[in-house]
Amino acid sequence: MATLLEVKGLTTQFFTQDGVVHAVSDISYKVDEGETLAIVGESGCGKSVGVMSLIKLIPQPPGKIVAGEVWFDGKDLLQMNDDEIRQVRGNRIAMIFQDPMTSLNPVLTIGRQITEALQLHLGMNNEQARQRAVELLELVGIPGADSRLDDYPHQFSGGMRQRVMIAMGLSCNPQLLIADEPTTALDVTIQAQIVDLVKGLKHKIGMAIIWITHDLGVVAGLAERVIVMYAGQIVEEAEVHDLYARPHHPYTLGLLKSIPRLDLGKGEKLIPIEGLPPDLVDLPKGCPFAARCTYRIEKCLAENPPAEYVTSSHRVACWRWEYVIANQPQAGS
Amino acid sequence: MSDNLLEVKNLKMYFPITKGIILQRHVGDVKAVDGISFNIKHGETLGLVGESGCGKSTTGRAILQLYHPTGGNVLFNGEDLTLMKGEALRHQRRQMQMIFQDPYASLNPRLTVGNIVGEPLEVHKIGNAKERRERVQELLKVVGLNPYFVNRYPHEFSGGQRQRIGVARALAVNPEFIVADEPISALDVSIQAQIVNLLEELQAQLGLTYLFIAHDLSMVRHISDRIAVMYLGHLVELTDHETLYSNPLHPYTQALLSAVPIPDPYIEDTRQRIVLEGDVPSPTNPPKGCNFCTRCARAMDICFETDPEWKDMGTAEEEHWVACHLY
Ligand SMILES: Nc1ncnc2c1ncn2[C@@H]1O[C@H](COP(=O)(O)OP(=O)(O)OP(=O)(O)O)[C@@H](O)[C@H]1O
Ligand SMILES: Nc1ncnc2c1ncn2[C@@H]1O[C@H](COP(=O)(O)OP(=O)(O)OP(=O)(O)O)[C@@H](O)[C@H]1O
Ligand SMILES: [Mg+2]
Ligand SMILES: [Mg+2]
Repeated sequence: MATLLEVKGLTTQFFTQDGVVHAVSDISYKVDEGETLAIVGESGCGKSVGVMSLIKLIPQPPGKIVAGEVWFDGKDLLQMNDDEIRQVRGNRIAMIFQDPMTSLNPVLTIGRQITEALQLHLGMNNEQARQRAVELLELVGIPGADSRLDDYPHQFSGGMRQRVMIAMGLSCNPQLLIADEPTTALDVTIQAQIVDLVKGLKHKIGMAIIWITHDLGVVAGLAERVIVMYAGQIVEEAEVHDLYARPHHPYTLGLLKSIPRLDLGKGEKLIPIEGLPPDLVDLPKGCPFAARCTYRIEKCLAENPPAEYVTSSHRVACWRWEYVIANQPQAGS
Repeated sequence: MSDNLLEVKNLKMYFPITKGIILQRHVGDVKAVDGISFNIKHGETLGLVGESGCGKSTTGRAILQLYHPTGGNVLFNGEDLTLMKGEALRHQRRQMQMIFQDPYASLNPRLTVGNIVGEPLEVHKIGNAKERRERVQELLKVVGLNPYFVNRYPHEFSGGQRQRIGVARALAVNPEFIVADEPISALDVSIQAQIVNLLEELQAQLGLTYLFIAHDLSMVRHISDRIAVMYLGHLVELTDHETLYSNPLHPYTQALLSAVPIPDPYIEDTRQRIVLEGDVPSPTNPPKGCNFCTRCARAMDICFETDPEWKDMGTAEEEHWVACHLY
């Protein structure tokens, strides 16, 4: 598959009163055409800042993209001026956010919000845009779409609002859809509807997706490849089956051991990751996970390991990965 | 006496909807909890699951008499809390505590950790100042916090640590029963297991009884002995955690279980999902008949007419309650 997006050495920081927040530090990855890449990690690890940086949606100041390149369709997005990047945003790269209520404008009708983008980016007239808006709402499974265009966001349920966000995201046939925790605020049955919808749309439309989440369950059913982030860095990346079957990084392993599984019974003790993530203003010298890591050796405290490919598709940032895969705690012990 | 610590009988909690500013007319009710019955045995954990707005928190609050129930009875150690007032109720309340969902909002930011954890001791006038201080330090140790933290304020702690403070406060007066209302939902995945393990250890040490409210079925299955499934103010099914998973009877339980993602891509590749259509109806205007009829793929004529009875389909050893016309 051809590469659609290539991120090289992206580094974004926030310059605050408390010091420099190292939100995203030197991350590199690729997204192929039509593939789904998941980025997982816990709150504050830099998932959102990482993808917002791609399309220059970082508030500057206090934020600043201090280094990196983002290649998309032969151009470096980070070198584009405001007009150029606005043409890409919401057009060839679309983004949907975690909270559908705050990202929809409460005083505009649903129809108005969808048709606006169509008129702006695709130069449609009123009639064409309305027609297309109805098609889009039908595509995302909103019944009676025609009559619902004149409704306001508060008249829609949470799941329906997220469908509207997706419809808006798809309106200009993007090549890349960035979904930042689009189901986190929703109930499981509604989450299942949305995940099904996105999977179906992906087949129909063939766009690539970057799906951000902290839910390893959702990732398992949705993504082809997974990046695990910790403290602003990529600590592991692998094909999804490989990652769950053979996690190489102690943090990935820890995440998988600390969540209960519906298909396993009561009584299996969860193995928590002790301690807390580091302060991004005052990052430790060595590996950012070292303080919480049960596999830690001296070297981990002194030197931060680079993310290195250990097979052609699996990379990990850990000095001890070989030992980690050979010595995993057994389930139930 | 029975082995039930808590017996909830036909509990109802309606919130009135009024119109008009001066003359408030009663125009309807939010039927948040609409006639539910269940028991909790001494030392067990009953999980209560269901989607947002189905009435889980209201159930917890009505049990603790933080709301005065619209109808029904709540028997705690055989005594009906709904009939109690004043000192008698206060005395019973000591045995029952609550842990809240949001560790950021549920702790008073102007009080020190020591004041927060010690507050229930003062309210119930337990011990003198010195004894209370010692008790607070002991409680902090129990929940895995450094006792030197007593003079710090909540904002100096992480979410997981704040939730530990909430647990310490709940334990202060040696309750028998704790309602844990989504105690881990606001926490990061890597921290959730810390709190769940803590709750499990405390239960083993102190013989606590829990009502564990959550919408995460995997976590509920992990921690609960029995699980009750709630939908739009009603219980639809209740049985032990094993049976609920291996033999769910109610179509809603079946759909809910199948919607939960499993963190294993090989399983997800081949899993068949029951995807529910549509949304939950409003509790102000629930459908006629079974509350689930509008979204149920197996609904029959009778389901649109009559509310199904809550009945036990289980065996002599294990109860299996369900409210569905299919059975
Ligand atoms: N405007 C800002 N000013 C200062 N720091 C910021 C700002 N925005 C983000 N950060 C910091 O950057 C880091 C990364 O934040 P980011 O929003 O990317 O996290 P995330 O992984 O998306 O977390 P979540 O899962 O909670 O959404 C955090 O430590 C955050 O506090
Ligand atoms: N004080 C109140 N006044 C009026 N309506 C209320 C009140 N408290 C709750 N409700 C309504 O009662 C219903 C049940 O609410 P409840 O908070 O018990 O749901 P829940 O199952 O705990 O949901 P969640 O998972 O979102 O916490 C909802 O429709 C809610 O809007
Ligand atoms: Mg985020
Ligand atoms: Mg609630």
